[in-house]
Amino acid sequence: MNRIKQLFQDKKDILSIYYTAGYPKLDDTVPILETLESAGADLVELGIPFSDPLADGPTIQKSGETALKNGMSLKVLFEQLADVRNKVKMPIILMGYINTVYRYGIEAFAKKCNEVGVDGVILPDLPFQEYLDEYKETFEKYGVSNIFLITPQTPDSRIKLIDENTNGFIYMVSSAAVTGAKKGLSDQQLAYFDRVNKLNLSNPALIGFGISDNESFKQTCKYADGAIIGSAFVKLLGNAKDIKGEVKSFIQEVKG
Amino acid sequence: MSSKYNVDKKGMYGRFGGAYIPEMLQPNIDNLKKVYLDIINSEKFQKEYVQLLKDYVGRPSPLYYAKRLSEKYGTNVYLKREDLNHTGAHKINNTLGQILLAKEMGKERIIAETGAGQHGVATATACALMGLKCVVYMGALDIERQAPNVARMKMLGAEVVAAQSGNQTLKDATNEALRDWICNPEDTFYIIGSVVGPDPYPDMVARFQSIISQEIKEQLKEKTGSEFPDYVVACVGGGSNASGSFYHFLDDEQVKLVAVEASGLGVDSGETAATIALGGVGIIHGSKTFLMQDDDGQIIEPYSISAGLDYPGIGPQHAHLKDTNRAIFIDATDQEALDCAIEITRLEGIIPAMESAHAFVALKKMAFKKEESVVITLSGRGDKDMSTYMDRFKL
Ligand SMILES: Cc1ncc(COP(=O)(O)O)c(C=O)c1O
Repeated sequence: MNRIKQLFQDKKDILSIYYTAGYPKLDDTVPILETLESAGADLVELGIPFSDPLADGPTIQKSGETALKNGMSLKVLFEQLADVRNKVKMPIILMGYINTVYRYGIEAFAKKCNEVGVDGVILPDLPFQEYLDEYKETFEKYGVSNIFLITPQTPDSRIKLIDENTNGFIYMVSSAAVTGAKKGLSDQQLAYFDRVNKLNLSNPALIGFGISDNESFKQTCKYADGAIIGSAFVKLLGNAKDIKGEVKSFIQEVKG
Repeated sequence: MSSKYNVDKKGMYGRFGGAYIPEMLQPNIDNLKKVYLDIINSEKFQKEYVQLLKDYVGRPSPLYYAKRLSEKYGTNVYLKREDLNHTGAHKINNTLGQILLAKEMGKERIIAETGAGQHGVATATACALMGLKCVVYMGALDIERQAPNVARMKMLGAEVVAAQSGNQTLKDATNEALRDWICNPEDTFYIIGSVVGPDPYPDMVARFQSIISQEIKEQLKEKTGSEFPDYVVACVGGGSNASGSFYHFLDDEQVKLVAVEASGLGVDSGETAATIALGGVGIIHGSKTFLMQDDDGQIIEPYSISAGLDYPGIGPQHAHLKDTNRAIFIDATDQEALDCAIEITRLEGIIPAMESAHAFVALKKMAFKKEESVVITLSGRGDKDMSTYMDRFKL
């Protein structure tokens, strides 16, 4: 069984952490991963930095800019991850924009993910239909899950179609927003979570965007299998004097 | 319209186009795609749009036989005078179309990106006319180099927001506008200023700009007896004035289409916006096309003296016209465009926009015969570029 499936079978209230590869320093990628695992994070989404990240707010944009300046690229990232499976056990997901992957080569990318032990990918600007028509087979061949986003505006029929064609989890974007936008849970959002839950999806779901601390984590866990923290964690990395110590206490605090 | 060079049912121009967008934009794009043709083709829309183009924009814009320029280059040069439109460029053809569409769709807030500020001004103008709220994203560098247009937008009641990322130019402004749309999917309509972005924008904007070639046909017929010029020439940033100038000639293969892109300090200088000359296939702003990128797929920051051409991508239709060899692509450096700007000004008494001046470089780089007719789209007037001209020409 793949690591993502296993995780959702074994655990509840999954905490997934997003951060940008190669940030704050180029070689921080894997050490942060190890710290996260030992601190109790369940899943990690590693951001592949891109020059023009459409769906990201200022915090993640800036981290990506720094990572690119540090020399991060897909090639470098795969080198860093070459022996990552000797170091951490939790599922690793790569998140990035389609142009960098397209340039790397879709098949080469899927193959490399498999080789180093990356379990899934999130490519928010890969059209779902194009994935079905052209790439699904390739990713399946290499055992790499593709995770898709849904939003409060996504119709039920599309959510079902996505659910039928993925095998990791569903990424529920909490509200109409780019990453890092912070809003409390509104009635509208609760109605959306409710709507999705009533669809009885076959995949688990994680809620992301705007989750930043214990309170928002606990609250969203009521409506899904867990939640994703991105910008708040990236901000911490940017300001941290003692990354290891601060990451540990952040994760413990969030999990409560 | 032409099936070979226009968008297909899947939103593609050959291998280019499509809608590479995050899920957050999907409902908006799906909805727009569903309604845009029905609305545009409706009698109500057409009546209002045509009326506005006539009485408000001042169309048809003249097709002017440039006698002294023709003599100098030993051919017959006609200028399509988009510079005489209200607000000073072709951009208004598109913004009026899109704002009528936005109104019909019940949207209350308009956002736009702008490079030279011409599209921003045209959008702010349309919003003032319709009483809609307007937010324009503009690169911080462009805000500096296009100050008069910033003031115009503000006077028209628009909020101008500086894009601080990247080189702080058109690409970055477009990123910010798309982010705004992601955050405001319900009440907001994004008026894109060129034939770029996810399907259906490239097709929609081309349709609104196609009035240019429609008029060229009629006007040339009246002047020469033939509706077909030998060449149609236009500058390309994203490519909207070129798309509009080419549109009704796409299937008339005897009409040669020439697109002039900006090569800044030179194609190989590292300071350029010559997308077709340098670009590889990739995805920018929701569409698959040629773009300037490095080996890792990171988009390269472009450079051109002209803010409106300072863009690392090109509309997907143009990528297809390149692929199929339907259009000829040439490039013009800053200096070549400046030389043309002063030349047209002194020969014809017309101060062109910095963008439009690039198109005239075709006269220097290509050989036109005495009996041939060359239509050049003069996409805008040079008022907004006076500080550049003052600086470069020591005025
Ligand atoms: C006068 C003028 N011409 C041309 C352009 C380039 O745009 P496009 O290639 O879409 O016509 C601009 C853009 O700002 C412009 O202001």
